[in-house]
Formats: sequence, structure tokens, C-alpha cells
Amino acid sequence: MNDGPDTLKARLGALWRRQLIMPSLLVAICLALYGWIRSLHLDAIEQRSLNAPVIAHLLIQHVELTLAAAAMVVAVAVPLGVLLTRRIARPLTAPIVNVANVGQAVPSIGVLVLLAIVWGLGFWPAVCAFALYSTLPVLRNTMVGLSQIDPAIIEAGRGMGMSGPAVLTRIELPLAVPVMLAGIRTALVILVGTATLATFVGAGGLGQLIVTGNNLGRTPVLITGGVLSAVLALLVDWLAGMAELLLRPRGL
Amino acid sequence: MSSPAQARPMIRLEALSKRFAHQRRLAVDNLTLDIYAGEIVVFVGPSGCGKTTTMKMINRLIEPTSGEIYLEGDNVTHVNPNRLRRHIGYVIQQIGLFPHMSIADNIAVVPRMLGWDKARIGRRVDELLHMMGIPAHEYRHRYPKALSGGQSQRVGVARALAADPPVLLMDEPFGAIDPITRKHLQDEFLRIQGEVRKTIVFVTHDIDEAIKMGDRIAVLREGSHIAQYDTPEQILTHPADDFVRALIGGSATLKRLALSRVGEAVLQSVPTAREGADTEHADGLLLIDAQGHPQRWADDTDARAIVTVSADATLQEALDALLLAPRGRAVVVDAHGAYQGVVDFDTVAGYVRHSAASLAQGEAQTQ
Repeated sequence: MNDGPDTLKARLGALWRRQLIMPSLLVAICLALYGWIRSLHLDAIEQRSLNAPVIAHLLIQHVELTLAAAAMVVAVAVPLGVLLTRRIARPLTAPIVNVANVGQAVPSIGVLVLLAIVWGLGFWPAVCAFALYSTLPVLRNTMVGLSQIDPAIIEAGRGMGMSGPAVLTRIELPLAVPVMLAGIRTALVILVGTATLATFVGAGGLGQLIVTGNNLGRTPVLITGGVLSAVLALLVDWLAGMAELLLRPRGL
Repeated sequence: MSSPAQARPMIRLEALSKRFAHQRRLAVDNLTLDIYAGEIVVFVGPSGCGKTTTMKMINRLIEPTSGEIYLEGDNVTHVNPNRLRRHIGYVIQQIGLFPHMSIADNIAVVPRMLGWDKARIGRRVDELLHMMGIPAHEYRHRYPKALSGGQSQRVGVARALAADPPVLLMDEPFGAIDPITRKHLQDEFLRIQGEVRKTIVFVTHDIDEAIKMGDRIAVLREGSHIAQYDTPEQILTHPADDFVRALIGGSATLKRLALSRVGEAVLQSVPTAREGADTEHADGLLLIDAQGHPQRWADDTDARAIVTVSADATLQEALDALLLAPRGRAVVVDAHGAYQGVVDFDTVAGYVRHSAASLAQGEAQTQ
């Protein structure tokens, strides 16, 4: 793919050829799940969970939790990463990365429950807990992406009379985009997974199917929740992978 | 001593000093230096002598601790450094092309900052690529990764020249390039400089490169103290002290030969005749064809016994050819390959003695 002309069309063509395996697989899994559920005789409790409006509602909740947390992570971690790679902020780099490390090391359910105790139940406490938990990959990759840039490129920019902000926006950030996108992709996958815990603080999501199925001993409900969470995580990973390929600056 | 008698220098460094944080010694210690318009001044010295620091103070990538910098007579020590740098070309050893920008966009960076219109930028990019010998239509829209090392630095030089700045700073620009390409780039750059006549500050640690590129050489020792600031000829024939002598190394005379062209020496002449004339087999007779191209020595049927050198070649190259020439002499030909004369070891030695004498005489007159 690096040999031919690096145009959007060429990139889409390459995607078309290579990237269709995963979505086909996911569609097949969903169809198999649907067929299996249809073949079962569902009781009243199962029917209350396994119907299209409920599943759609939970799925949308799950996606909303994920996207809201991801937006929060990007809004916080990218500027923070930029600040921490400026020369003046060098003394702050290690402490803040350590804090982010701790955020990642604490079990996500712990962060979630603690925040819920302090703040209460609901959507935003859940989003904040997940965001806190998945800041590290974006922060770290932003910092790595910016600091791995050949200093000669930055010196050339400065030497030609580009201002500090111009060097940042026109050289440093575009060159860091691939690494930053990889971090955002990791964060998204972590978020889709951890969002299944939102049900414990009353924020819904696909985790609700898993918990209901488990508590009431209804295996089809449990399996549906588990499979759909996994499919959603793989789908998000696939979409993020495509975004990485499409948004990578040309010439790299 | 040999500085041009112009009214004011293009670049004037006045009592310039730099002390880096946490260092006791001054990296640059009270340097005063004038650089005149259109000349290439080479800063040469051992690593750590402060030559790069000195150069980077001219475009204020490094801010001086004390002293003043004048550009075309204006004190630029405290002006906005970004605006200053847009009028000073900058070429570095690592080249530093922007990998995510096309070659045209790389070259266009400074003109865009200066607000040139699109058509003018496009014309300038094509003109510069042409000047650098890079086919514009093929490379304009490609990315730096498509370029070889030599091509990259050509684009680096084009980028520095883009807005036609009067001054160019070059920090070991050909240092990371293989020797064959380096020689080629040096020759090419001297040709381009013949056209554009920029004022150039050129940093290198390679004395041979300094001799080749410099109109004047500033030999710097630790703290950017000037050991000698003079033309390459003067530095080679009259090194100021042991430091300069050590930097030149053991073969100053051989190095001087690289400064002179064969055509500048007094050539020997030999009798010539058209091939097929009845004077064949005469001793030392050179047979030439209708266009004046040397064919063979009359007393030698083997055409390979003739070694030719171009009148444009340096005397060093001529000497190199002579060492392998069967008769210890080489036929000098002009750009069209026509006979001009003959060079031998005596020619080279005579030229060296003569030029050393005339340099000494010139010095005696100026003192």
C-alpha cells in the first residue's frame, strides 16, 4: 500500500479489499445469535429483556456512554499531552503520568463505585469514571507521538521563522496523529468494555442484560448481553482502525 | 587584511558572547566578526569550539548572552526572531524536511508566511526545483520520503532560498551525505551561488570542505576565538599559528592545488600534427584529428598512452592523473575536448612555487 500513489481513493480501495473480513464476521455472529434466540421458547422474564426496543435502547445507552467518555478523554488528555511535552512543563511530566498510571491501575469498578458514592448514580458519574480510567492511553500516546518527532524537523521549522504555535499545529500535531489515533483507539476499546459496568450505577448499557441474565438465571439473556458487548467492542475497534488509516497524514 | 573595502558588512557580530545555563565556560567569548555581501564565510574548527552556536546566534535560534548582531547595518539583536528568520535562509545537516508536506509545500513554507500569492509561489517552487536539477513536474506533489539523501538536501537548499533571503546559514549541510554525492552537491552549490550571490555562513569541521567552499575561512578555536580569518590561499600558505597548522594537517600544498584550475597554470606545448601526416614516429609529437581532439603520441601506437585532463579540472585532479600517466604528462583539453597544451609534474610544481611567491609578495605590499 505504500508503493502506489497515496491517494484517498487508493486508501479506500485497500480498505475495501482487506478490511471486510471483520464486519462480515460480526454480521454472521449477530445472525447466529438472532437465529438461536428465535429457536428458543422464551419465558415472560426473558421476553421482557430480549425484544428489539429494549436491546436497541440498551445498545444506544452503551454507545452514548462510550462516546461521551471518549470525547471527555480526548478533550482532556490531548491538550494535557501537548502541555506536558512543552519544555517549560518538563518537571510536571513524571508526576502527572504517574497519576494517570494510578488511574489505570485501580480496577475500573472501583473508580466507578467510588465516584458513584461521592456523586450519586446516573449517566455523568459513570462517564466521568470511565473517562478517568481510560485517559492514560490517550495521554501517553499524545506525549510519545509528540516527543518522537525528529528534533531536526522542529528546528528547521523554527529556523524558517515559524512561531511556536505554528510549529505545534502545522508540524508537531500532524506528525503525531498516527500515534495519537492509536491511543484513542485503545481508549475506545477499553471504554466499550468498561461501559458494561455502567449498569451498577444505574446508567444502563448492555451490562444490564448480563447482570439481569446472571441474577435471574436466564442464560439466553446473559449470552445476548455478552455477545453484543463483544461484537460492539470489535466493531468499534474496526471503525477506529479504519479512521487511523484514513486520517494518517499523507507522506508518512 | 583581505576583507573587501565595502562601506558596511552584511553581517556584523560585535562582542558577541554566549554562556549556557549550568556551564562555567563561555561557549562563545567576545567574538567580533564582519561578513560582507556575496561572500561565503566558512566557520571551521574542532567540535565544541562554538562554531554552530555562533551561527545560530545570527538567526537567534540561540539568544546571545551579550553583544550585538547587525544585519545590513540594522541591529537585530532584539527584533522579533520569527520575523527575522523569514529573511535568513537556514540549512541543517539533518535537512529536516517536513515529511507530511509535499515537496512543493515544503519549499513554499516561508513564501506563504510572507503572504505571497499562490501563482507567485508556484512559479518560485518550479524555478527552484529547476535550479536544483529536480524535475518539477515529477516531484512537485510527491513527499520527501520519495527523495534520495542528495535530492533531499537539494530540496532543503531550495526551501532555504525560497523567499530569496539575502543571507543563508548552512550548518554542515553536506555532512551526512556520501562522499561522491557530497562533491557533486558542493560543485552544484558553488555554481548556484555564482548565480544567486547570497551572503553565506557555512559551518563545517572538514577543512577540505572549508577550503573548497569558502571565499574566506574563520578558523575558530574553543570559545569561538578567531585563530585566523582569511582567504583559503592565505590560510594554507601562511597559517597564523600551530593550531591552524594542525587543523590544515600535513598536506597544505596538496590542498592548495585544489584551489587552482589547470587552465590557470602555464601549460607546456608540444608539436602537433594531423594524424596521417608524414611526420609520424617523430619524438614527442602529438597526433590530433580534424577537430583538434588528441589521438595518440606519434611514437606510440597505443591510444591508451594518452591521458587527458580538462582545463577546468583542479591542479589536484591533474596531479592525480599525472601519477598514473605513462609519460608523466597529460594532455589538457578544453570543454570541447580539443588540445590546449600539456601538463606535467614541472608545470604543477612551477605553479605552486610561483603562486606562493606572488602571495608573499602581495602580503608584503599590503603591510
